[in-house]
Amino acid sequence: MRVMLPFHLRKLASVDGGEVELQVGKPATVAAVLDALEAKYPVLRGTVRDHVTLKRRPFIRFFACKEDLSLEPPETQLPEAVVNGDEPFMIIGAMAGG
Amino acid sequence: MSKARVLVGTKKGAFILTSDGKRKKWKVDGPHFAGWEIYHLKGSQADPNRIYASQSSGWFGQIIQRSDDGGKTWNPPGSKAEDLKGPEGMPRGESNKFVYEGAVGTHKWYDGTQHPWEFKRIWHLEPSLTDPDICYAGAEDAAIFKTTDGGSTWKELPGLRGAKGGLWQPGAGGMAVHTILLDRTNPNRIFVAISAAGAFRTDDAGKTWKPINKGLKSPYELPDPDAEVGHCVHRIAMHPSRPDTLFMQKHWDVLRTDNAGDLWKDIGGNLPTDFGFPIDVHAHEPNTVYVVPIKSDSEHYPLDGKLRVYRSKSGGKEWQALTKGLPQKNCYVNVLRDAMCVDSLEPCGIYFGTTGGQVYGSADGGNNWEAIVRDLPPVYSVEVQTLK
Repeated sequence: MRVMLPFHLRKLASVDGGEVELQVGKPATVAAVLDALEAKYPVLRGTVRDHVTLKRRPFIRFFACKEDLSLEPPETQLPEAVVNGDEPFMIIGAMAGG
Repeated sequence: MSKARVLVGTKKGAFILTSDGKRKKWKVDGPHFAGWEIYHLKGSQADPNRIYASQSSGWFGQIIQRSDDGGKTWNPPGSKAEDLKGPEGMPRGESNKFVYEGAVGTHKWYDGTQHPWEFKRIWHLEPSLTDPDICYAGAEDAAIFKTTDGGSTWKELPGLRGAKGGLWQPGAGGMAVHTILLDRTNPNRIFVAISAAGAFRTDDAGKTWKPINKGLKSPYELPDPDAEVGHCVHRIAMHPSRPDTLFMQKHWDVLRTDNAGDLWKDIGGNLPTDFGFPIDVHAHEPNTVYVVPIKSDSEHYPLDGKLRVYRSKSGGKEWQALTKGLPQKNCYVNVLRDAMCVDSLEPCGIYFGTTGGQVYGSADGGNNWEAIVRDLPPVYSVEVQTLK
């Protein structure tokens, strides 16, 4: 599965390019993607979701196939186009505004 | 040949300034962690190549970085995939995991109700004087954490919040442990200061703590000016040879204690204003103290647009303005609480950073100043390492 990371998290994880490739088990849910991401890049633990509560950090957003999945439950299954790699799962740093 | 290495934390990254012992020519290296807020960096006295840094962001939270080569390269400790792969299997990635011990408990909130402690960031890192793998971290919401494995994992010393923590109430700048002082003569004694809560001391290596605020007066901030907790202590400083003598810059008032905080006395004397943030002590003269007076709590810039460091050579009361090389007109920057420090070269060097992005240095105890670097992002913290 393709996962797009924001600039600062790519630097933190020492990742080249905008995306990382992850092996995600089934069912392919939002939580499963984050589990796989943190297992491969432990430095990202706590930066996308809380270490203990596993709640999404307030200014992080999850987009996929032009849909905002940020407010969906973590067990939400991802679209088939994301699961088969045609579309990325996008982890976004929200706009700062101002 | 001795050298000085100045560690500068800013709103948008860290910078490392290096010079030889003369401290005339400086090399500026950075930004490290570009785009991130760097509240504080500090080097270990036990191993000067070991430096800890607090990196944070409103989006991505807290990161702890560690360098083992004097700031050339950095890594979040224990967070690489190859780290910590023991019998348990997966790496832990817990160098940024700051979890309050036990039942979280509550502190006073702005509306008078009780509010649960919520971790926001690390304001200050204080490496052990003897072991580079041990470091203390001062957190917002106010708590102290300790690592014994070089920053890979952190554990709270919860006794601090037991020192009337339910009565602590954040001010407009939050509620953080921003100062941690270690006593070289007594490893069981630690002092901390917390904005809008006060100063505290442990004599049993962090198990239990007590407020040490007797003598502080806050008539415009607290209903009881002599309250046991609630005073807005901005910074405390110690000379290593006199650990029972502490100097304090409070919200208003500059004070000292000679009995490890059991009683504080005002030493503001002839200061033009006794509001300010940083305070520090000369490396070789335990009675020489430095402050940067700021106009008021409503106007966070120097009086009359003149940036002046004030020095007392008598442990307070009598203060002298130091102005040579500092802007004496149209200067409206602030100097934050962790943004002043001294080196231990001869003569003693003094450094401070401003919210306007300058870092000023004096290589002669404050008599003459010059800007080492200008136009950095707003400076949050300045620490210096004296390297032999």
